[in-house]
Amino acid sequence: MDSLTKLMVSPHIHGGRSTSGIMRDVLISLAPATVAGAVIFGLRALLVVAVCVVACVGFEALFNIIVKKEQTIGDLSAAVTGLLLALNLPANIPLWQCVIGSLFAIVVVKCLFGGIGQNLVNPAITARVFMLVAFSSIALPAFPVDSVAGATPLAAEKMPSLLDLFIGNYGGAIGETCTAALLLGGIYLIVRRVISWHIPVSFIGMVFLFSLLSSGFDAVQALSLLMSGGVFIGAIFMATDYTTSPPTPLGKVIFGLGAGLITCLIRYYGVYPEGVSFAILFMNILTPYISGWTRHKVFVAGGK
Amino acid sequence: MKQKSSLSVMLNGIIKENPVLVLILGTCPTLATTNTVNGAFGMGIAALAVLVCSNVFISLLRKVIPESMRIPCYIVIIAGFVTIVKMLVQAFMPSLYESLGVYLDLITVNCIILGRAEMFANKNTVVASALDGLGMGIGFTLALTLMSTIREVFGAASFAGNPIPFMENYKIEFLTKAPGGLLVYGLLIALIYVITRGKAPVKTSFSCEGCPHAASCTTVNCQREGAEN
Repeated sequence: MDSLTKLMVSPHIHGGRSTSGIMRDVLISLAPATVAGAVIFGLRALLVVAVCVVACVGFEALFNIIVKKEQTIGDLSAAVTGLLLALNLPANIPLWQCVIGSLFAIVVVKCLFGGIGQNLVNPAITARVFMLVAFSSIALPAFPVDSVAGATPLAAEKMPSLLDLFIGNYGGAIGETCTAALLLGGIYLIVRRVISWHIPVSFIGMVFLFSLLSSGFDAVQALSLLMSGGVFIGAIFMATDYTTSPPTPLGKVIFGLGAGLITCLIRYYGVYPEGVSFAILFMNILTPYISGWTRHKVFVAGGK
Repeated sequence: MKQKSSLSVMLNGIIKENPVLVLILGTCPTLATTNTVNGAFGMGIAALAVLVCSNVFISLLRKVIPESMRIPCYIVIIAGFVTIVKMLVQAFMPSLYESLGVYLDLITVNCIILGRAEMFANKNTVVASALDGLGMGIGFTLALTLMSTIREVFGAASFAGNPIPFMENYKIEFLTKAPGGLLVYGLLIALIYVITRGKAPVKTSFSCEGCPHAASCTTVNCQREGAEN
């Protein structure tokens, strides 16, 4: 059809970006963390990644076929969900649990609410929390590092060195340990303008500040608490999901600070050793309210 | 309400107006007792017995009970039957009595029973009310059994207390807990909605005339909404 004769509502200038383009950038930015996970945890980690990605894409395709909706796997968002979920799981997790987790992420959290852009909460985070709760008897031994990274100052002598924490040479979920690779991916996303700096910086800053205060201004201790566990992967890749985070800069900062605060509160005072996923999930639910509070005022002639 | 054939009155309660999955009544016992098949089935049968008896009695007394005092009268009748059922269960099925606990007493305020008294028994004949109670009770029992089967088989790898050997290592224990119950319940409601779409009753068809204030209601909006739908 001749584009000049096509009537369209604004905006008329298109940035040339598409969902699949953004998702491709996210996949590229996660590549270093995936490679690092494979190096640290062996080929079994790659198997978990493959199973999660294939299962997520497959379930989305299957769901669209069953409910007779337009096929949406081409936008790559299901692949991103699968990869993020896998990177948040330990390498020794049973594969059938990966499949159930992928089913939950894609069908229950995303597709049943209307697909991409309609989900209330981040699918990968919710599936991770679901798996943590659902497979309590089996999966808890599989999350051993979370108890090591349990951020109690008393466990300090067991903490790996700062260098090990930075390059990821310690136990944990596949993609969360190598801080260097995660930072690399985050910088790529910010340079490509896929995400803005507000959420990661406020989230990580808040966790650092809280750790600094609670460790009595011991910077090394605070840094190790910051780099262990899932703060970086959560702040850079999970909390910045467009659908489930506020659109304005102020809203993003509130979102990041809140997520950081809740993470620390769960780490220090909660039952669970790690609180990043719960914190992001909680802030996801608050997102509509934060968006409402921080909405730009739009002045319209004649309006109030 | 127009007179329907007795069979359709009974079948109504099983699928088309299933109390749990379509009318969304009685959610408290549904969520609380469906983590085991035994408990859910026992709960369903106990509620069925109370429902049939109370429907018959309320239908018999529908011309005697004064309009303004009907809810207390219903509660007294229902509580009487609940006490009978409770004592019978305690005497003959002590293990079930233990597992149901306080939920057996709570049948008194189960909104399915009060709802059917209000919506059906007080304006229909004794036979129709008995059949309605039977259908609703069977619908309640079936829904509870279905939900508890899903929760127990996938959550605890057993059925009615008998372990299923090959599923031993594939348990999703989450499903036997309260949030898992809400999850399964929500998915079942969605599934039933998809299956019965177009056939399920429009909400207003029972909301307005089923409303306790229907007789004295002067709200124009309520009437109009009912008429439009």
